[in-house]
Amino acid sequence: MLTTAEAEQRTGTVLEVKNLKAYYQMNYFGVQREVRAVDDITLSIKRNEVYGIAGESSSGKSSLIKTIAGAINPPLRVVDGSVKFDFDGNFVDVYGEPGSMNSARWRHLSYIMQGSMNVLNPVRRVKRSFEDFAFEHMGLSKAEFWPRVRQHLEKLGLNPNVLEAYPHQLSGGMRQRLTIALATVCEPEFIIADEPTTALDVLVQQDVLGLIKDVQERMGSSIIFVTHDMTVHAAIADRIGIVYAGRLVEEGPSIDIFRRPQHPYTAHLISSLPRLGDPKRRQALAGKPPNLADPPPACRFHPRCPLAIDKCKTDNPPLVARETGRVACWRAGEVEVS
Amino acid sequence: MSKLLELDQVTKTFQIGGLLDRATLQAVKGVSFDIDDAKAEIFTIVGESGSGKTTIAKMILGNEVPTTGTIRFEGRDVTTVRKRRDRLDFMKRVQPIFQNPFEAFNPLTPIDLFLFTTAKQFCGAKTRAEQESQADKALQHVGLSLAEIKGRYSHELSGGQLQRIAVARALIPEPKLIVADEPVSMVDASLRMSIVNLFQHLRDDLGVSIIYITHDLATAYYISDRVIIMHRGDVVEAGNAQEVLDNPKHEYSTALKNAVLPPDPERASAALRHRRAERQAERA
Repeated sequence: MLTTAEAEQRTGTVLEVKNLKAYYQMNYFGVQREVRAVDDITLSIKRNEVYGIAGESSSGKSSLIKTIAGAINPPLRVVDGSVKFDFDGNFVDVYGEPGSMNSARWRHLSYIMQGSMNVLNPVRRVKRSFEDFAFEHMGLSKAEFWPRVRQHLEKLGLNPNVLEAYPHQLSGGMRQRLTIALATVCEPEFIIADEPTTALDVLVQQDVLGLIKDVQERMGSSIIFVTHDMTVHAAIADRIGIVYAGRLVEEGPSIDIFRRPQHPYTAHLISSLPRLGDPKRRQALAGKPPNLADPPPACRFHPRCPLAIDKCKTDNPPLVARETGRVACWRAGEVEVS
Repeated sequence: MSKLLELDQVTKTFQIGGLLDRATLQAVKGVSFDIDDAKAEIFTIVGESGSGKTTIAKMILGNEVPTTGTIRFEGRDVTTVRKRRDRLDFMKRVQPIFQNPFEAFNPLTPIDLFLFTTAKQFCGAKTRAEQESQADKALQHVGLSLAEIKGRYSHELSGGQLQRIAVARALIPEPKLIVADEPVSMVDASLRMSIVNLFQHLRDDLGVSIIYITHDLATAYYISDRVIIMHRGDVVEAGNAQEVLDNPKHEYSTALKNAVLPPDPERASAALRHRRAERQAERA
């Protein structure tokens, strides 16, 4: 485990995603179908940074992180682009040589998943799940491994005795905390968290977020945090990327995303949040998220966009750099947040 | 003044465990409230998992029988509704909406069939044309139309749309009361407002009272007229929604309110830091 000073020294880029395109390609009865779930995404993540990915369900955010983690199976295929990690000098090109990810998994890159019940084996004790996931990657003998796991749980404020329990004996919040412990036991440099707090109550949610932040600060890791809940992003993310229909439409430091959103979709996400103490009527966005098998042409948001002009229907806006972030919109910055 | 729904000291006890390690669990402990007949309102039950809020919903719908106490709907004890005709009559007046719209609809059945069956069961719509017109009327209220969803299956629609269809289905028998158990927690945050605004429309324009069960204080504050806050089966605080949530008196309601993350990075991260410091102090 790093000291605080060492953790702060970790700067520089840990993940580079360049022009990544991953499509679901299906061929049923001679009919080709292509779903462009990840469409030309470029982003980079620095060390010690929490990067939030926001977007509706079926916007392609889960496909994006699966592609980044190199955990994709057909029909999802990477068509173009690259994903490169730099784990303190260990360079890994995920779509370079086959098998290049194997040594990095769990040791350097780990994954906190949404349904804790799907991670922990329901018919075996929790400690067996730890053994299955982590033992192989730690390079320790059994005699060293268990004290390490117990010590890790204690640091996270969990009682090591829960290792003897079966998953169904634990509450949802406790199970989610265990999956976080499981994902961080190897002290990875990079953590991908996919909706880790979505099914939890408000009180438990805050504790789980606190735990993730504790771990991140102590180890100086980078986190990609995926959720559709903007208030969670407000609490935890340093930078936020907004995904709409497989494309990154806006990216920036979270303070700017919330206070000065440039893209009309981002502005809608922010202004539709109900606030305690403010009963003002808030409008939901009309229309529905586009079907990625048959997306609207040009800017994919234009059918629902209050500011759409003719250009939006014919030309796709590129993702261009602004003062603090990037935005893909012909009318960037013209939207007002109520 | 007559009451639409009255709960009088309702208690529910569950037996858990087997023969040798029998234990009892009090899910609901002496809860009383009522909803007025004359004026439609949104009545919110707030609480975390295990606070007994879903048990209350089940008892109101007649799916669970209270251990002690009575629940009266329009003056009649709901546990006496047993005959098929009475039951149908009751279900016509009280309709449920469930948490997960993907589980509420059978994925192998076209979605419009649920609407048609409801129209047939409760409104005596015998011909397909009658059923279609009733389904379409209900769908118009939720901002959809029959043409949009005809012949579609649940996997072809988004969570927000499905939940609106679930509301439309509940509206077909023209109920007086809708019991909505966590209707927005499985729906995307960006689509939540469409459901929540819909409830306001039902209350204001159709005069339907709604029991809204949730753990999300922000939407509760936004739409409710009255609120009760439940903690381990007890009502810890009750009253006008905005008064209760602006100035919570009970320790638990204060904790719940503080756990709501404000939609602003500075304040939200400060709140999270505060919570972590508290946790650390507890551990030490």
